Amino acid sequence: MSRNTAIFASTFFALALWQAVVTLGGMPPFILPGPLRVAETLWTSRQIIAENAWVTMVEVLAGLVLGGVLGGATAIGLAASAIARQLVRPMLVFSQAVPVFALAPILTLWFGYGMGSKIVMALLIIYFPVTSAFFDALMRTPQPWLDMARVMGATPARIMWRIQVPSALPGFASGLRLAAVYAPIGAIIGEWVGASKGLGYLMLLANGRAKTDLMFAALIVLAVFTVLLHAAVDRACRATLDRTRGGENAL
Amino acid sequence: MNAPGLIINGSARIGTVPVLAPIRLEVPAGRWTCLLGPSGVGKSTLLRLIAGVADEATLDGQITATDGAPLAGRIAMMAQDPLLMPWLSITDNVMLGSRLRGERPDTDRANHVLASVGLSDHADKRPDTLSGGQRQRAALARTLMEDRPIVLLDEPFSALDARTRLLMQEMTADRLRGRTVIMVTHDPAEAARLGDQIAILTETGIEDHPAPASPVPRHVDDPEALQTQGRLLARLREAP
Repeated sequence: MSRNTAIFASTFFALALWQAVVTLGGMPPFILPGPLRVAETLWTSRQIIAENAWVTMVEVLAGLVLGGVLGGATAIGLAASAIARQLVRPMLVFSQAVPVFALAPILTLWFGYGMGSKIVMALLIIYFPVTSAFFDALMRTPQPWLDMARVMGATPARIMWRIQVPSALPGFASGLRLAAVYAPIGAIIGEWVGASKGLGYLMLLANGRAKTDLMFAALIVLAVFTVLLHAAVDRACRATLDRTRGGENAL
Repeated sequence: MNAPGLIINGSARIGTVPVLAPIRLEVPAGRWTCLLGPSGVGKSTLLRLIAGVADEATLDGQITATDGAPLAGRIAMMAQDPLLMPWLSITDNVMLGSRLRGERPDTDRANHVLASVGLSDHADKRPDTLSGGQRQRAALARTLMEDRPIVLLDEPFSALDARTRLLMQEMTADRLRGRTVIMVTHDPAEAARLGDQIAILTETGIEDHPAPASPVPRHVDDPEALQTQGRLLARLREAP
């Protein structure tokens, strides 16, 4: 089976399973609508779904870019300075013990009801995975490379820029791939806590009015967007790594 | 090239654990000194101490150049792993030192050096597309580009097949002529071919081993070199 056939077959199987559960279980539509009904809603409510999806996408992309830049900069800072590692790393690890979800209400208070608080939420949720994946890769630079650079008379800053960062790019890329999946979760949680736009807001609204079909339609749009975002980030990372290091990129 | 000799006098430890026995070694200027010995007696540590990158070890003693000037900035290193950056072309790898020092890389000289080791056709390729021997030649080119009077070699040919190893030995001996070279090796044949001076490092100290007087690199079937190789093997066969 080719890859496309496999995807098609598995989608068909999932839809059939879904329909079977609805039919055989005798589910009322407000508990679990069938796939056809959801597809119909997806079409009839396309305007409202598109408007809200657009907002969520902007939040996710902004969070992804900011989180990537901030996480990348933090990782380089930590790798460059032993003092920074001692001061900041325990704090970073501790911050992971705080569920980011629990911060959503206060973020809404600080950054407002609009996109700001959702972007910060997405940023926070991806910040640690990006930082930690890139930082670990930076610290794994082979010691003989660093020794050679020192014998050549390199300054620590040039060793970082010319050797450590390029050698750690695959690690940064895997952090970004994870981030592409996490960022939408952050934005949606932000929207649940307080928003007047976005797919998270739409899902909550639909749920409250027992418009389960609209809820599912929004969920599917969100899932498809996340899959596409992950694929896009993956492709961009691969292309960059291939260009900078021949066929050597194994990730 | 005005290469200085080296005088190594002392021992090394990590914390309280000795990693190099007390030794005194005089490395003649502009010559090849080959260092043999079992694994774990501190041969690589000694090279790292000379290069000034053995942060983990404490040197109780001194390593000095015979001309009295500091060693920093006068050393180049080449190891078993060619240490080529996989994201750089061969030319860029050869010019890595200049980039790391913030100097303007001399492309003409890099091309010239690459030609001298027969890699002109591979200048724009990435390291992973080259054979093991070609990669080691690229490492030699990078070492030549650095143009340092003292060169430290840490088993540079041990991963190569027999023929490539012999050719690399000859090429390296030729291109590094006039420099002070210290080579760590596990191969008595290599030491007998390339050593103006041969020393065996053990857990208790260092001993000089007579080397042939003829200039390096010696021919593969040079009788004197073969005799030295035999004596070295007999010596290594004994318990330390």
